Amino acid sequence: MTYLDKASLKIVGTRPIRPDGVDKVIGRANFGADMVMPGMLWGKVKRSPHAHARIKSIKIDKALALPGVKAVVTAADFPMIPSEEAFVGEGPMNFRDLSYNCMARGKVLYDGHAVAAVAATSPAIAEEATDLIEVEYEVLPHVIDVEDAMKPDAPVLHDDLFTQGVDPKPAKASNIAKRVGFAKGDIAAGWKEAEITIERRYTTQPVHQAYIEPHACVVSAGNDDQCTIWSSSQGQFMVRAYCAKLLGIDIANIRAMPAEIGGGFGGKTLVYLEPVALALSKKAGRPVKIVMSREEVFRGTGPAAGGVIEVKLGAKKDGRIVAAELLVKLQAGAFPGSPVGPACMCGLAMYDIPHVNIVGYDVVSNRPKVAAYRAPGAPNSTFGVESCIDELALELKMEPLRLREINAAKDGTKAAHGPTWANIGFSQTLEAARASGHLSRPLGPNQGRGIATGFWFNIGGESSAAVHINEDGTATVVEGNPDIGGTRASMAMMAAEVLGIAYERVRPVVADTASIGFSFLTGGSRVTFATGMAVTQAAEKVVVELKKRAAMIWDISPDAVEWTDGKAYPAGPNAGSFEPLSLQEIALKSGRTGGPISAEVAINAQGAGPGFATHICDVEVDRETGHVKILRYTAIQDVGRAIHPSYVEGQMQGGVTQGIGWALNEEYVYDKEGRLDNPGFLDYRVPVASDLPMIEAIMVEVPNPRHPFGAKGVGEVPIVPPMAAVANAIADAIGIRMRDLPMSPPKLRAALDGHEPPRLAAE
Amino acid sequence: MPRVVLAGVAARRFTGGQSEFEVEADTVRRMIVELDRRFPGLGQQIDESMAVAIDGEIFQDAYMAQLNPDSEIVLIPKIGGG
Repeated sequence: MTYLDKASLKIVGTRPIRPDGVDKVIGRANFGADMVMPGMLWGKVKRSPHAHARIKSIKIDKALALPGVKAVVTAADFPMIPSEEAFVGEGPMNFRDLSYNCMARGKVLYDGHAVAAVAATSPAIAEEATDLIEVEYEVLPHVIDVEDAMKPDAPVLHDDLFTQGVDPKPAKASNIAKRVGFAKGDIAAGWKEAEITIERRYTTQPVHQAYIEPHACVVSAGNDDQCTIWSSSQGQFMVRAYCAKLLGIDIANIRAMPAEIGGGFGGKTLVYLEPVALALSKKAGRPVKIVMSREEVFRGTGPAAGGVIEVKLGAKKDGRIVAAELLVKLQAGAFPGSPVGPACMCGLAMYDIPHVNIVGYDVVSNRPKVAAYRAPGAPNSTFGVESCIDELALELKMEPLRLREINAAKDGTKAAHGPTWANIGFSQTLEAARASGHLSRPLGPNQGRGIATGFWFNIGGESSAAVHINEDGTATVVEGNPDIGGTRASMAMMAAEVLGIAYERVRPVVADTASIGFSFLTGGSRVTFATGMAVTQAAEKVVVELKKRAAMIWDISPDAVEWTDGKAYPAGPNAGSFEPLSLQEIALKSGRTGGPISAEVAINAQGAGPGFATHICDVEVDRETGHVKILRYTAIQDVGRAIHPSYVEGQMQGGVTQGIGWALNEEYVYDKEGRLDNPGFLDYRVPVASDLPMIEAIMVEVPNPRHPFGAKGVGEVPIVPPMAAVANAIADAIGIRMRDLPMSPPKLRAALDGHEPPRLAAE
Repeated sequence: MPRVVLAGVAARRFTGGQSEFEVEADTVRRMIVELDRRFPGLGQQIDESMAVAIDGEIFQDAYMAQLNPDSEIVLIPKIGGG
């Protein structure tokens, strides 16, 4: 059943207070680090000080002899796992690599790589014990930069890594894990057809998701092999599966409890601490708690990929783009698995271009293994493409928005990566941008305006949900997805809409792995879409049951009962004359009419509608300092149907904010030894509220026919356009094209110095 | 008969470089079985690392998804997210 008629909706589309709001405001919510158990030990991870080194020996005797130390683990305490490719979590995964990433075996591959861990009776003792662990290293040459890592003479991280996707298979190991490619039309014919061509090179930096809550967990492993894990993650079922795999435990013996999560953005779709705490707990026979410091988060966990993007565009003089080439070289970190595939598919997805050739490389280097971050890979390629589109507009002397309108993908357009678009709302975002008041706002000296667009697929996947009717007529919605972006509220709203009762009478619960069926993790903007579909179906099953119970009370056929606004009514005069029965009245008699009323639904949701966005950014450049001030920002996005508009706007504003950070300031700074120099928020500058204006979010609603309420994922695409939007605005403000991120004050100053005559001392 | 396009180059190692096929199948599962029969190893590759776009709509891990005789089917890398 669908509920796409917006006018008939009473709850979906409104803005109620989130169910977990009070807990989070007053500090009652329990995050990963809040859990405490009797007899609990404190764990601490010893990390590599080298970017690349062979581990010659690890001596733990002195650490074990320290009073209060109860266990020490190294890679020797983890089972050897064969190299096994699988698509789990949020992308391709090799469980051997995941195991080695949690605990180095044989070699350390980046500064901060875990080499051992201690469990002790206090954090101070655990810390002291890690200092007593003696690791003898043979330091090896290292490589940080993606193109340096691709050179034939680069230090090789893995001697069994041979480039996939090239024919013949290379005879020599290298740091290039994979080559991917996509083609459409005849690129040579496209270049012949083009009347103007433009070719540019852009670079992006790996950036951290910068979630406020560091990774934290408590693990209790019993002598009977049964384990309980409390942790902050984007998926309790993911934690359970990975720990089972890495420690060789049956999944049924692990119960994973979801803590509240203080931000993830893709960075908590992997495990780092949980398998280590589990190994320590098994060894010590007591619960173990580990909480990362901010420095550990930066040094030991995955950032988003950065890389090099080369773009070539060919167009007719009227603005029609007829050919495009895209080359993407992405950082994977220490193990293969950058999002180079999505980067290649997303970069040109907004446009209808007849001849396209795209090539991408997945490259390892001595950095932490990358993790997902909103729309993984898309921000990189899109920064290149959307900057280059602007440069093409300049060459064509055409308004940048007009150039995008001319070439916009529509329903029926064949995308560069293959599929033919259906039911997309990209043009509508361009129309909304044109109609917005933003474009008519005046600009002053050193101020400029930039436009950029973006695309992300969105996903569905496996979700379970249950709806229980309580004795007093309230309802409990049980789901298996941690609530990152307000999904408790959206689940409760959809259930309330179907049941026909007030939102406040529905209580959503995020359950542990033993209390609800399997649910794929919270990521890919899938929860409101996929889990929302499961919740809606469960609520519909409950309504069917409520009608049966009413029919039983009235002694009529269930077919003769209608459900409207939370009440059962006789379907017509022939059904009989009865006073309506409310859900509350039916719930009160549930024991007499057949027992508890509840339903659980497990689905594999398909048909997540794609996300398109158009952003407009105004900046002012301080020529003296190189500082870029964001004056105005408007984010326009096809959101399908906003279930809770405030949280949709919040996702859009959050994605923009993170994109602005990626654009202007964020980068990892390594010293010449390959050690991270800025592992903290003082030196790794993320935007704060005072840096930004109010970001205007304009929601375009092109409902997704595959979702009962028309929802599409909304949390990924908002981070895709901002880097190019800011770069385009800077170019408009000062006439200088910044092609390398971050566009930080020192780089702006250097660029300005290169363009301006030296100032006289008298000035 | 549905026409299947292998969008990326990575899986073409199983097909000798061929990228388009006509496949007698009415579900994704039957399509995978048939492709694996013709190109041993391709079925596992699709199972583990590819999504299926049917008439522009992306399906992942969906054996039961229906294919129509005139369906446009494109095999692309699987999609995750953040």
